[in-house]
Amino acid sequence: MSVVERQQWDVVVVGAGGAGLRAAIEARERGARTAVICKSLFGKAHTVMAEGGIAAAMGNVNSHDSWQVHFRDTMRGGKFLNQWRMAELHAREAPDRVWELETWGALFDRTADGRIAQRNFGGHEYPRLAHVGDRTGLELIRTLQQKIVALQQEDFKEYGDYEARLKVFQECTVTRVLKDGEVVSGTFCYERESGRFFVLEAPSVVLATGGIGKSFKVTSNSWEYTGDGHALALLAGAPLLNMEFVQFHPTGMVWPPSVKGILVTESVRGDGGVLRNSEGKRFMFDYVPDVFKEKYAESEAEGDRWYDDPDHNRRPPELLPRDEVARAINSEVKAGRGSPHGGVFLDVSTRMPAERIRRRLPSMYHQFKELADVDITAEPMEVGPTCHYVMGGIAVDSDTAAAHGVPGLFAAGEVAGGMHGSNRLGGNSLSDLLVFGRRAGLHAAEYAARLSAGNGRPVVDAPQVDAAAAEALRPFSAEGPADGGVAENPYTLHQELQHAMNDLVGIIRREEEMTEALDRLAALRLRARRAGVEGHRQFNPGWHLALDLRNMLLVSECVARAALERTESRGGHTREDHPTMDRAWRRTNLLCQLVDPTGGLAATDPVRGQIDLVRVTTEPIRPDLLALFEKDELVKYLAEEELYE
Amino acid sequence: MSSYDARFRVWRGDAGGGDLADFSVEVNDGEVVLDIIHRIQATQASDLAVRWNCKAGKCGSCSAEINGRPRLMCMTRMSVFDREDVITVTPLRAFPVVRDLVTDVGFNYTKAREIPAFVPPSDLGPGEYRMQQEDVDRSQEFRKCIECFLCQDTCHVVRDHEENKTAFAGPRFLMRVAELDMHPLDAASSSGLDRKRTAQEDHGLGYCNITKCCTEVCPEGIHITDNALIPLKERAVDRKYDPVVWLGDRIRRRKG
Amino acid sequence: MATGTEPHPPSSAGAQGVRDRSRATIAAGHLRTDRWWLAPAGTAAGLLAFVVYSTWRAFANADYYHAPYVSPFYSPCLAQNCKPMHAGPNWEIFGPWWGLSPALLILIFPLGFRLTCYYYRKAYYRGFWASPPACAVPEPHKKYTGETRFPLILQNVHRYFFYAALVVAGILTYDTVLSFRNEKYEWGHMGLGTLVFLLNITLIWAYTLSCHSCRHIVGGRLKHFSKHPVRYRLWGWVSKLNGRHMLLAWASLVSVALADFYVYLLASGAFDDPRFF
Repeated sequence: MSVVERQQWDVVVVGAGGAGLRAAIEARERGARTAVICKSLFGKAHTVMAEGGIAAAMGNVNSHDSWQVHFRDTMRGGKFLNQWRMAELHAREAPDRVWELETWGALFDRTADGRIAQRNFGGHEYPRLAHVGDRTGLELIRTLQQKIVALQQEDFKEYGDYEARLKVFQECTVTRVLKDGEVVSGTFCYERESGRFFVLEAPSVVLATGGIGKSFKVTSNSWEYTGDGHALALLAGAPLLNMEFVQFHPTGMVWPPSVKGILVTESVRGDGGVLRNSEGKRFMFDYVPDVFKEKYAESEAEGDRWYDDPDHNRRPPELLPRDEVARAINSEVKAGRGSPHGGVFLDVSTRMPAERIRRRLPSMYHQFKELADVDITAEPMEVGPTCHYVMGGIAVDSDTAAAHGVPGLFAAGEVAGGMHGSNRLGGNSLSDLLVFGRRAGLHAAEYAARLSAGNGRPVVDAPQVDAAAAEALRPFSAEGPADGGVAENPYTLHQELQHAMNDLVGIIRREEEMTEALDRLAALRLRARRAGVEGHRQFNPGWHLALDLRNMLLVSECVARAALERTESRGGHTREDHPTMDRAWRRTNLLCQLVDPTGGLAATDPVRGQIDLVRVTTEPIRPDLLALFEKDELVKYLAEEELYE
Repeated sequence: MSSYDARFRVWRGDAGGGDLADFSVEVNDGEVVLDIIHRIQATQASDLAVRWNCKAGKCGSCSAEINGRPRLMCMTRMSVFDREDVITVTPLRAFPVVRDLVTDVGFNYTKAREIPAFVPPSDLGPGEYRMQQEDVDRSQEFRKCIECFLCQDTCHVVRDHEENKTAFAGPRFLMRVAELDMHPLDAASSSGLDRKRTAQEDHGLGYCNITKCCTEVCPEGIHITDNALIPLKERAVDRKYDPVVWLGDRIRRRKG
Repeated sequence: MATGTEPHPPSSAGAQGVRDRSRATIAAGHLRTDRWWLAPAGTAAGLLAFVVYSTWRAFANADYYHAPYVSPFYSPCLAQNCKPMHAGPNWEIFGPWWGLSPALLILIFPLGFRLTCYYYRKAYYRGFWASPPACAVPEPHKKYTGETRFPLILQNVHRYFFYAALVVAGILTYDTVLSFRNEKYEWGHMGLGTLVFLLNITLIWAYTLSCHSCRHIVGGRLKHFSKHPVRYRLWGWVSKLNGRHMLLAWASLVSVALADFYVYLLASGAFDDPRFF
């Protein structure tokens, strides 16, 4: 084995989306030498796809808003499964995180008095989302990217080197988090461009790799979303939390096939768009669940009045949390009231003048015009559910974003679990990235400093590096099956995996289907070990996919196992065989752990799988936070014994 | 739904050389060029290197040249071609090639670092920023940029003259200077930084001969030339060549 | 390491541009399959036609006045050798020593305005200079310094020509007003020529006000539109016009030639101005 280049850093951030960049900025500002490593080019992260806005209770548009109201909305949206401390921190800190972006050059849309404008969104009681048209994610990424450049310019002035204290390794992938005994000691990486391996030695590693959508066929997520961080954490010995909760965004494009799944922003509904079935009916009025009955309009007239007079009317049910809307659309299509291409109609053309649509929703206008030949100012869009977000993720400490059980490992953003409970509200993702990205960067830097000051930095030993290198090279020497056939095509395996997850562990779940999914995953796992690729290591996408398959298979198994275990329907987890929410499940979290605690995968039993599932009971919600809710409401969510504690 | 086989010529190779390779590949209704490249990758050439991410024209990764024109592969629909057309896809030709359709776009990241960052006003804390919508409109247009670098690729100043890469920042980053110069709260001048001067002296504004190819290729429809580059040139003229403006400033200064 | 930000030494040995050795090796300079040459060829042909016509007319020193119409090429007429135009734009600033066509004295201003105009620059850089002929089509020049040095750095004087163009447009407006007379210089009459002049002066003003320098001066140079509501509104109007700068550039070029040609037809006796009243 050739010698692998090593570099020393204090903090390594894996992922350069909103959470990763915010973590890197914080770590660097706290004095840690920080490396960011990302699979794509710097500035292309999936965060750019976020459209609607950043939820923060600044109260610029409606002064009744406050962090308490935001906290309440978040808990309701997540059906009380949220790590309440995370939801609290998130609601309290989000406004500061947004204001801070302005000092770095962000330009949000403005109110008449010059403050940041805020828009309505599903599940938020007041207009709360700071936004820039429908390209808020792009603004966020660009602002953070430019802040990183600004810090590098400072370093250039001081040290004559832009990358003295903050460096972005773009188009590089991490395949293993390395450990020294129990603690993190660095990451094993390869450069996509050349295929060259390298090791970043660091006492702190922040995982900010986003989600898992690429395990599903219809998804709004890009190729990067292969659950890398989830898998890296599992392999490093950290558990994943509540992986059964996967959010299907109610409105993805359904036609043409090549763009199926691409997101249609919730702002369309926030700004007045309505959902209709093939009979022209606004069907959402039939789907308001009991827990939300008092909060939503009962007639179209009331819903329409709400846009102008929100204080005296209730919001239209199109703005229910995403899980409710997605299920409703699913039911309408199943009942034969769908649109020609298997979705429903989302209409904004009859609700707003064309000029206003083009100004408020420019990229939606563009997207439909260019990709589907549909003019949204004149005709309705066809939309249907698309896999969008995973609420589950690495189990972390609420305050420090530290992963459980692996000192030195931190996680923030979509890859971290808990914050959103069983269902995330729109707009809470970007604020989550900023609030917990900053916290992860802060505590990673402090931890690294503590370690450097104390007994010194953890060490990366050579056998671990060699093992990681051998694992990464396996696709080049893949053998066929014993009978002498050819190696498996990673693209084919990926497609089969996507089909299995989409059809069997999708938006509506059944026990038999999930059991079948686990069987299929086991078979795919065996075949994936024989995934082979042509060519050489230089920018070889076939090889990259073969490596990512390991992560997708691990994460998919977590989703399927946890979904099979949770016998209720809640948020992003809907069981046809257990269709109601069960209050007894509120206190139960499901943790996924690797069967082999050493992080090995080779000896795993194909039937039993790679994942162990553990039930844990959550901490009770702090009384002052519980007091923010009416007793009547809590009765619907909390388990019997919690109510009387 | 009808499908047919299209003829594609895709450049394959690396820094050592390469050539156009022929493929015959299935095309279905509503597909874009990137779908076809992916199908080639999945069925005929698993190691065909290509960058892409969002597939919705929002990230600016899948830039390439299609029939000689710089475009995003994900936003180029197959329906714009005739079924008999041979469709040629090459990497961006202004940047060093890495492999197949992937080029080294490091030039752009180098230039990004050379543009001095936003300077926050010293007297305003977070949450105290007040800006009117009409004052942020112009910079917001420029911030729609998805950094696909098609404008940098098509600009003949560097495309046809490698030696100009040192002196010229390219349309994307001159637009960044314009964005900051038009930012209502940028405090560069109070820190002694004159963005108009740096545009001219450090970033090569004078190289631009406003032939508008950057605007032509911009997938976001940003009016790079009319709204960023020409206004920036006019701002440079203000401080250097216009006696009327100079006199006006003089008089106003005396009054104030 | 893979940050993509290591400086690349410009590899200029031998090959250049898209054939630089760092870039993808493709024999063809460009692979465009559309008729990309059409636009620059059309532009060049159009501009050339105007240059030929206007050169002929400017040097002709004849057939430029037919009461009450004066050709826009000869207005204002600043030399002693000008035809007397009753209450017309005659200002004999240049004495008898000026023997050439008086058009040459004033055409320099509109010519300069159009020559330094941001649209015309694009048009002739592409059409005549082939720099570049079309997007992603290689230009034939070995070196390129753009507008960084003499003589092209002089393009920055566009603003002065804009100020001058305002004066010229003002005088042409005066000429148009004068065209509401008959041959006997009596007011309150109109002929076909008056309409030609009205059309021309409208397009000239629209073109002049749609100028990028104008857009900059009325409001573009401000940092805070909100503090200057009137200038912001003006800027909005000019911006709308500016969006059609190319169209207006061509339309006014044709109309000014047309106005001149109309006067030529009248003055040379080839045509008689139909009078309305």
